[in-house]
Amino acid sequence: MAKDDKKDNTLKLKFDSARNLAPAPESKSIAKIKPQYELFINGSFVKPESGKYFDTINPATEEKLSQVAEASPADVDKAIKSARSAYQKVWSKMPGKERAKYIFRISRMIQEKAREFAVVESLDGGKPIRESRDFDIPTAANHFFYYAGWADKLNYAFPTKTPRPVGVASQIIPWNFPLLMAAWKIAPALATGNTVVLKSAETTPLTALMLAELIQEADLPPGVVNIITGAGETGAAMVSHPDTDKIAFTGSTDVGKIIQKAVASTHKKVTLELGGKAANIIFDDAPLDQAVEGVINGIFFNQGHVCCAGSRLYVQESVYDIVLRKLKDRLETLIVGDPLDKNTDIGAINSRGQLETIQKYLKIGVQEGGEIHQSSCPLPKKGFFCSPTLFTNVSQSSRIAQEEIFGPVLSILTFRTEDEVIEKANNTPYGLSAGVWTDKGSKIFNMTTKLRAGVVWANTFNKFDPTSPFGGFKESGFGREGGLHGLMPYLHLD
Amino acid sequence: MAKINNTNEEQRLEVLKTYKIYVGGQFPRTESGRYYVLKSKNGDHLANVCQCSRKDFRDAVLAARNAFGGWSARAAFNRGQILYRIAEMLEGRKSQFVDEMTKQGLSLKQANEEVNLSIERLIYYAGWCDKYQAMASTVNPVASSHFNFSSPEPTGVVSVLAPNDSPLLGLVSLMAPIIAGGNTCVILASSKYPLSAVTFGEVLGTSDLSGGVVNILTGFVDELLPYFADHMDVNAIVLSDQGEPQVTLAKEKSVFNLKRVFQYKNINWLTEKGQSPYFILDLQEIKTTWHPIENIGGAKASY
Amino acid sequence: MKPNIKIPDFSNTAIVDQVGVEERASRFTKRSIKNETKMNGLLLALNMIDLTTLEGKDTVGKVKQLCTKAVHLHEAYPGLPTVAAVCVYPSMVGVAKKALGDSGVKVASVSTAFPSGQAPTQVKIDDTKYAVENGADEIDMVISRGKFLQGEYNFVFDEIALIKETCGDARLKVILETGELGTYDRVRKASDIAMYAGADFIKTSTGKISPAATMPVTLVMLEAIRDFYYKTGKKIAMKPAGGISKAKLALHYLVMLNEVLGEDWMNNEWFRFGASSLANDLLMQIMKQKTGIYQSSNYFSID
Repeated sequence: MAKDDKKDNTLKLKFDSARNLAPAPESKSIAKIKPQYELFINGSFVKPESGKYFDTINPATEEKLSQVAEASPADVDKAIKSARSAYQKVWSKMPGKERAKYIFRISRMIQEKAREFAVVESLDGGKPIRESRDFDIPTAANHFFYYAGWADKLNYAFPTKTPRPVGVASQIIPWNFPLLMAAWKIAPALATGNTVVLKSAETTPLTALMLAELIQEADLPPGVVNIITGAGETGAAMVSHPDTDKIAFTGSTDVGKIIQKAVASTHKKVTLELGGKAANIIFDDAPLDQAVEGVINGIFFNQGHVCCAGSRLYVQESVYDIVLRKLKDRLETLIVGDPLDKNTDIGAINSRGQLETIQKYLKIGVQEGGEIHQSSCPLPKKGFFCSPTLFTNVSQSSRIAQEEIFGPVLSILTFRTEDEVIEKANNTPYGLSAGVWTDKGSKIFNMTTKLRAGVVWANTFNKFDPTSPFGGFKESGFGREGGLHGLMPYLHLD
Repeated sequence: MAKINNTNEEQRLEVLKTYKIYVGGQFPRTESGRYYVLKSKNGDHLANVCQCSRKDFRDAVLAARNAFGGWSARAAFNRGQILYRIAEMLEGRKSQFVDEMTKQGLSLKQANEEVNLSIERLIYYAGWCDKYQAMASTVNPVASSHFNFSSPEPTGVVSVLAPNDSPLLGLVSLMAPIIAGGNTCVILASSKYPLSAVTFGEVLGTSDLSGGVVNILTGFVDELLPYFADHMDVNAIVLSDQGEPQVTLAKEKSVFNLKRVFQYKNINWLTEKGQSPYFILDLQEIKTTWHPIENIGGAKASY
Repeated sequence: MKPNIKIPDFSNTAIVDQVGVEERASRFTKRSIKNETKMNGLLLALNMIDLTTLEGKDTVGKVKQLCTKAVHLHEAYPGLPTVAAVCVYPSMVGVAKKALGDSGVKVASVSTAFPSGQAPTQVKIDDTKYAVENGADEIDMVISRGKFLQGEYNFVFDEIALIKETCGDARLKVILETGELGTYDRVRKASDIAMYAGADFIKTSTGKISPAATMPVTLVMLEAIRDFYYKTGKKIAMKPAGGISKAKLALHYLVMLNEVLGEDWMNNEWFRFGASSLANDLLMQIMKQKTGIYQSSNYFSID
């Protein structure tokens, strides 16, 4: 205690609370976005048959960034023909080690242009620059690097079998991880000797088009990778085209089902990576502070636009109060704002439509008797933003605990025993991912074994790696992406 | 005491067998009360075979679902022993099967081959029960400080349409990899040769296999296929020699819950092609598990 | 010990996952601090320093020079705050006390057979008494790590409580010497023991053992302080010491402090940096902020 005869030397200054740190924006000028983009077919950029273009906007400002071509069925046909021709004439004949060199080259070039890719990803999709810089872009480059290495080693992957490429793959990717999803689709397809036609999502076409430019620069043989833009109709044309052998789709379960039905009468090989409603389970013997952090990352990573987001939190009743208090405290430290600001934790919701969907669920949650807790962080005036939200007083039968919201909204439920939480966690048509937090090893293995999900994170959450297979049980789809198992969807095993 | 005089084979009145179905470890008749008459090549009445209904299928799926937890959680070694036990039981009743098959029109040679290979196939898969996991599992060297491994887990309840032109071997070849992998199933037997399938149910019933793991129905594909394909609590459907329209229908109806659909067509079950661990792996889901690795006092760790 | 605080069972202290806590700690370093926030942070950090000399070769002259520096950090830039305290051995407390006069800068003294703590309890009490009687405002004691690692938590607890009693009005900092504890779980347990036994501050390190303060270990201790505050309503102060010599790192610590414990802890009553060379780097950064010109160490006094 300071003695009375002494001066008080304690300085009181405002070291602004987390959200008011002075702005630290990444430079927009690094992004060289063209006013208009064409379709990348057969190694060159061509105008769409229809002459139609659509705008892509920055969801944080609602300003137009560029306009991109809308591929019609005629363009799709052109792209698939070019992929077929490249498959027959070049790619299926090329030795694996040569294919590998092209794919390695793509990986390296993404690394070289990482900063530019990151800025464009954040501009076009609204995700925080910290995530596109530290996660999306490096992981995309790593994915190409990983699969490049497989190209000449496929014979070692499946004992007694002779692997053979499927042919031409139609690949449709979502808007939540635009470049990363393109990498997840293109890298294994090329490594296994297939050629591809990839359609990026309509709200986030730019990094895929930058990838097209990079692929052109990498001198990949024309037609091996075709990248087109458009909306649902373009995708439908890709699925129903008679000369495609493989459909790979990441997106909603509803669209996945439409695709599956559309190809029922064909022999097209299909992999689907669809929705989820992951349970994240905290036991009373868990490392609670790390669990809380895992819950925060599990639901607020990429604004909650993550198919494997931990959107259902189950907390053991004996630690419910302390966990909730810690969650609320942590919620307050999250910075919502300009995606290009390095301090932003939660960026813009990807589109007006998605924001409306999320807001609809917020209303439903309240109507169902849920208690809503939102961060007091002010939202930017312009653009599509949503406060990170916790719902307590949620029951298993609440819609917000059953349906995929795809936004920064967490439903918190409680449980008492292991058996109870296993039953509740598995009580969903989905089965993509799950999380368990406990310090007890035997309990971890009990839980991870019994949870019906394709990816189970124990004492961690939302981790991804090129070597690690990812994909779901039940209505979350089938097929795996990543790792050795990720080769299977692109091969016939004779 | 006077001897009963009808023990002489010539004079003995044969006890006819009532062919039932196998559901949940029990042998009921179809709830529908319907049957179809099975005749031998020369027109003799062989049996009144149950013509199962969608409700029989519903009951069988319930039995299969209830059995799934226990069966999938059994030690793989134990599943192997049970598959081996099925083979033992089949071996012991070989002559009954041969007899039944010849009645249904197979030659003695064909019948012997069918039963012998079925026994061998069961043993083949008995051996795989605790080995395919090692073949399909990986430890993935992720870049972060986590232990990461992927391993197969059974898909769940599987509905199966057995090949029509094989009395036993086709059914066994489809069933064995499914249950070896920890799944449970509901099988629609060949409508042409249903008797061996029903008798095989009796083999299963006496071979330590828990009730409900395998359920065998008899009846007609066209009637039952839609339910086999659209039931929301069935996780996968395995087809065999059905035609394109039937397969398309099965795929379309499977969409409701995204059933995994497999068709094994043009496979000669009598050959080596009829057995492979890849059949087991088709009905496995790969689960990837992550856990942090503490790295204290390591070369680069500050702690 | 306040009577209203219930002492928990230390065998059940909170669990810490190493990988998770290090990930979280690295997140703070991603915050970008600029402009006014940065200037305020630099000034706060300067004001939070316990300017330290703890060497066998410490002399009256050395301590006097350090005290002058503590009060006159950089005369070329008037209006700078002073550091929080000067930290010396007990034998130098009188010298420091006199040199600092009524500047407001506190005198902190290490004690309890610093740095090893390997002395009888009575010696530690006498050591502490000596420092307090010579005018120390703050006592930096070390815990008995040997006893702690032997599982004798009650001994460690009682010793802290005794020293606290001996301190009288002086605030007690309890050094855990985290580098010798080996795991975050043990750091957490030692933090809890210290706080419940009466520590006013918990402090990472003596500076004599590597690793000294790191962000993750400080985070574990901040979280312990937060949980203690949740339970008891009593605020405990934090002092990372050793290894923090750069302004940028100090700012990261402030971000961490702000996001874990909040604004109430953002001053030198509740947070200190135990450091010797940090002050000059902060001064250089402050001058850089003020002038826009990168600085040279030749223009800042080394004492």
